[in-house]
Amino acid sequence: MSRLQASFETLKAARKTALIPYITAGDPHPSVTVNLMHDMVQAGANILELGIPFSDPMAEGPVIQLACERALKHNVSLTDVLGMVKEFRSKDNNTPIVLMGYTNPVEVMGYEKFAKAAASSGVDGLILVDLPPEEGADLISALKVNKIDMIFLLAPTSTDERMQLICDQASGFVYYVSLKGVTGSANLDVASVVKKVEQIRGHTSIPVGVGFGIRDAESAAQVASVADAVVVGSALVNRIAENADNPEEMSKQVCALLSSMREAMDK
Amino acid sequence: MKEDTCNDYYSMPDERGHFGIYGGKFVAETLMEPIEELRQAYEKVKTDEKFQAAFDKDLADYVGRPSPLYHAERWSNELGGAQIYLKREDLNHTGAHKINNTIGQGLLAKYMGKKRIIAETGAGQHGVASATVAARLGMECVVYMGEEDVKRQAPNVYRMKLLGAKVVPVTSGSRTLKDALNEAMRDWVTNIDNTFYIIGTVAGPHPYPAMVRDFQTVIGREAKRQILEKAGRLPDALVACVGGGSNAIGLFHPFLGDEDVKMYGVEGAGDGIDTPNHAAPLCAGSSGVLHGNRTYLMEDDNGQIIETHCVSAGLDYPGVGPEHAWLKDCGRANYVAITDKEALAAFHELTLTEGIIPALESSHALAYAAKLAKTMDKDKIIIINLSGRGDKDINTIAEIEGIEL
Repeated sequence: MSRLQASFETLKAARKTALIPYITAGDPHPSVTVNLMHDMVQAGANILELGIPFSDPMAEGPVIQLACERALKHNVSLTDVLGMVKEFRSKDNNTPIVLMGYTNPVEVMGYEKFAKAAASSGVDGLILVDLPPEEGADLISALKVNKIDMIFLLAPTSTDERMQLICDQASGFVYYVSLKGVTGSANLDVASVVKKVEQIRGHTSIPVGVGFGIRDAESAAQVASVADAVVVGSALVNRIAENADNPEEMSKQVCALLSSMREAMDK
Repeated sequence: MKEDTCNDYYSMPDERGHFGIYGGKFVAETLMEPIEELRQAYEKVKTDEKFQAAFDKDLADYVGRPSPLYHAERWSNELGGAQIYLKREDLNHTGAHKINNTIGQGLLAKYMGKKRIIAETGAGQHGVASATVAARLGMECVVYMGEEDVKRQAPNVYRMKLLGAKVVPVTSGSRTLKDALNEAMRDWVTNIDNTFYIIGTVAGPHPYPAMVRDFQTVIGREAKRQILEKAGRLPDALVACVGGGSNAIGLFHPFLGDEDVKMYGVEGAGDGIDTPNHAAPLCAGSSGVLHGNRTYLMEDDNGQIIETHCVSAGLDYPGVGPEHAWLKDCGRANYVAITDKEALAAFHELTLTEGIIPALESSHALAYAAKLAKTMDKDKIIIINLSGRGDKDINTIAEIEGIEL
């Protein structure tokens, strides 16, 4: 059983929703990332989403754009990101790790080379924002061989037809983008999320995660009531940016937000 | 790449929007349904006589088409080789070929019932052309422009504002055209219900590369008719500058089936393609995925997009339209590069010998055509796409040459 599958089954048995924090690898400095990953697990994270920095992050709001810029100042490459996962794995072999990024760094490394390297580093899943299933056949098969899940996004604009197409290709979990917009937007509409998640469940039995626009304990708890996983990104990255010069305080702030979400979700 | 895709130059893109291995639809899921709606709407208007008649009427009465094909006799004689003809897109309303496409997409936006137009711009030509169409159609218009370009192209920023558009300076990344495109995509994904994104070049997700091409092929269709009238035969070579590549594909496409017509796309070599400071992905880049399509890119070994350098803001872009990438691999078109210095020299040469002030973008095509003409006999013919006029560039040129206006 994959780490992702095991994690979701354990949570399901405990009637809990997965909490998935997103941070950009190497933000604000490559030396802080692995420690922060361990700290977030301590604070209640179940799955970690690690951003691959990219020069042109088209789906990100300003917060994560700046995180990419900070990481790229240190030339953090996809190879470096895989190195961080490997380092994390030396102390934690259970928490699933999902990489999130854009197609080009993976394409330039080569799909097969990436899939092999990611598997041997301990990566469990991959989300590429700009790779719909229509363009993903070659990468999906390379990942399958290496037992890595390709996690696809679903959006408020996805029709039933597209939902089916995507769910047929998806593994690990599907990720519902809860609003029309970029990461870190403010206009989360919980009622419409509830409706869409129900619609998605009509197409698949794999877990459904929800992200974009979840910023505090209250919104996390609301979404947790319908989803199998709650993804929080920009709100955490903001705390990283605000404490860029003080890794200890940074971890404290990030973990405080995660703990408050965990607590609210478990009520 | 599979060779068989090169057998028929009019067979691309395929139904998935691919030109061989290039092109495609590499966008976030939120945009997949909107670009499908756009594709369907575009397919409908392609054969809609009323739409096409409205488009043709606007090109004639509003843009001023057909644009002349001018035999630059004095310059041809001075070069001493092939006869040079200039396709005068510089004489279009708003001063460049960009308006052909914004008229087409503007009408399509109206057809689809959209109330708001967004666009990205580098030099400001596409921004001005979009703002112009929005003003005429009574639509709201927001133009994204890199902060650096806002500074470099102040007159065009003011033009857009006069036309009622809102110009948003983009402060992320390298603060130039590619970042303006990123920001326009972010706006689009947020406001898809009421917004039409007018992309200015033959790049982006399918159907943009094919749609923008179709709106621009009026250039090549006219040129073909005009050269047959004037010279009684097809040209030996076509030359056009390539940033994203819309003016080049507009000229090339109607000639793709004429095997004896050679084609040269001219990229910006900046300080030289052997230096890091250039904007020539076809000559010195590699394949990758950016802005919705697979194509040649300026990128580093880790797949990060690198900053480009070119004196002409319109060529200062790290990607290129996927059809050009495919035509390069097929060997149907040749892609070459011209340095800033060579382009500036050609700018002055045409201005002084023919009394035509060309855009810096087009000056790259002129510089390469001048080299090419010298290697050809006097009875040979070259058509250059003079894609825009140079009024917008005089401040840049004066500054480079240390002249205070």
